[in-house]
Amino acid sequence: MAKELPGADVAAEAAGGDAFPAAGQPLLRIEAVAKTFGTFRAVAGVSLDIKAGEFFALLGPSGCGKTTLLRMLAGFEAPDEGRILLGGKDIAQALPHERPINMMFQNYALFPHLSVRDNIAFGLKRAGMARADIATRVAEMVALVKLEGLEKRKPDQLSGGQRQRVALARALARRPQLLLLDEPLAALDKKLRENTQGELMELQRRLGMTFIIVTHDQEEAMTMASRIGVMKAGKLAQVASPRELYEAPRSRWIAEFVGDINLFDGESKLRDGHRLVIGTRDAGALVVAEPREPVGAGKFAIAIRPEKVKLSRRAPVSEAGRETAINTLDGVIADICYLGGTTTYKVKLDTGGMLQASVANSARIDVDAYSLNQHVVAWFTPDDCVVLPS
Amino acid sequence: MRKVSRLSRFNIASLALGLAFLYLPILILVLYSFNASRLVTVWGGWSLRWYREFFNDRAMIEAAWMSLRVAASSATIATLLGTLAAVALSRGERFRGRTLFSGMLYAPLVMPEVITGLSLLLLFVALNAERGFWTVTIAHTTLTMCFVAVVVQSRLGSLDRSLEEAAMDLGCNPVRAFVSVTLPLIAPAIVAGWMLAFTLSLDDLVIASFTTGPGSATLPIRIYSEVRLGVKPEINAICTLVIALIAVVIVIASLASKLSSSQGESAAPL
Repeated sequence: MAKELPGADVAAEAAGGDAFPAAGQPLLRIEAVAKTFGTFRAVAGVSLDIKAGEFFALLGPSGCGKTTLLRMLAGFEAPDEGRILLGGKDIAQALPHERPINMMFQNYALFPHLSVRDNIAFGLKRAGMARADIATRVAEMVALVKLEGLEKRKPDQLSGGQRQRVALARALARRPQLLLLDEPLAALDKKLRENTQGELMELQRRLGMTFIIVTHDQEEAMTMASRIGVMKAGKLAQVASPRELYEAPRSRWIAEFVGDINLFDGESKLRDGHRLVIGTRDAGALVVAEPREPVGAGKFAIAIRPEKVKLSRRAPVSEAGRETAINTLDGVIADICYLGGTTTYKVKLDTGGMLQASVANSARIDVDAYSLNQHVVAWFTPDDCVVLPS
Repeated sequence: MRKVSRLSRFNIASLALGLAFLYLPILILVLYSFNASRLVTVWGGWSLRWYREFFNDRAMIEAAWMSLRVAASSATIATLLGTLAAVALSRGERFRGRTLFSGMLYAPLVMPEVITGLSLLLLFVALNAERGFWTVTIAHTTLTMCFVAVVVQSRLGSLDRSLEEAAMDLGCNPVRAFVSVTLPLIAPAIVAGWMLAFTLSLDDLVIASFTTGPGSATLPIRIYSEVRLGVKPEINAICTLVIALIAVVIVIASLASKLSSSQGESAAPL
């Protein structure tokens, strides 16, 4: 296996003998990059820094520009504006074969006329590596992705999972400074995808390589990436760790895009120490913790994740006006969605709104289950609420 | 489970009739080429006499040789030009008038041969070109390169663009990527295109008779002029040889395109 990676580095040699930047050092800097196709502004001014050794995910709905951004990093599209600096050198206009960057394609793009071995060796031959070194490196890559015994097969004789591994081995073989992965797991079924996620993360940690993955699957991004950049309409809406993205989304759109959420439009606000009392039409007055950034004059909304909402038959003890005050809302169960690990209840609030509560099914017998039309109290703390500009 | 439905009697009868309509004349022609009798319609026993006759017929052999040379050279030029056109149309940047250009490329496919032949004749006369081997070759190239372009373009269209991108990503410049990845994958279509061009040129009578000059008749022209004076059994022998040649070429071409499409399946995304 590839515990020891020899010093000879093909891709870096091809790029003029750059050494690998140490982990944590800035590797890639994207500066105000923009790309327009006809009248469609696919990428509209993106700036981003990526450190060596990072596992970065570009997340967004289809058409948000994430694939275009990735293709500009690979060199298949040239940006109209801005710079792309890799290790300090501007590569924005360099051709794909001049970059120490490799890409794993969404449909894998394996060469159908070449065997597994020749597919993996393809990039090494182009780099002018000696025949013996190529054989060693290919064997190393085959072992790395656990494809031993399949070296002589053609791509059409492989399963989907095996093809994915060949594509990964081929992209890693040149030891790129940066590996780009375009929806690498989209073609795999759910179970295989989950296993492969774990393997990719393990591999990235072991090789200490920098990965940028493009995905529309937020769960995939949250599982694998150490940092996520959410893209919307050609712009980066937020760059944050998975936890921050989920718990402290910067806008209403991000809150809705990443996971499920309850949103209540705010109508008035009142300062009360470190808390705000916010009047909403659908849920009455809610007490929320004061946000880090002051809420502006514009419209805003209160967001609560469904799993932060607790349900009970009677209201918990709480005294309004004290630090420990909690929000309690009365309602009846309007819809039950059993998902195995959790059950999602939709509660029709007496104040008029709907509230989703996700309850963990922590016991096999249904001790905690509520039935349709049952009266319940939904409650959550001020800290569970996020105030979002909308 | 339902059994695979057998052919009904009606199906069998119509199939037999259809095949007979297509192949009976050819079968009779082949059979009578081995006829010993001088009369075309009277069976006089088995003989290879007319094949001997053909191989001793200088004019006919020369016409056959001319046809083979024209077919081989026009097919080669047409394959080169047709492949380039197909690559330009399916891989090049979108240029102005691209749709018009590809429409114009396909127009000769449906153009009546008389018009193609006549217009080329007018061109050669206007250019004061001496009509013979080269004029026929050029005319046949004009006719067949469209067929090559169609065959190659359909193959290119089914190829995944990202294969070339992957090659570039792995260190190939664009030309190298085309040569090492795209070319091997479209090679069967190029071979099939050449074979198609070859047989089309070998068969052609109309365009060749417009564009050829005295003393350089192709085989179809020669046969046609002989037949006008009455059918000799020798013609049957020549036709049998041509049928055999074309059958071989067509079998190879269809094998090549079959190989090409089976590779295409693996090139398609999951």
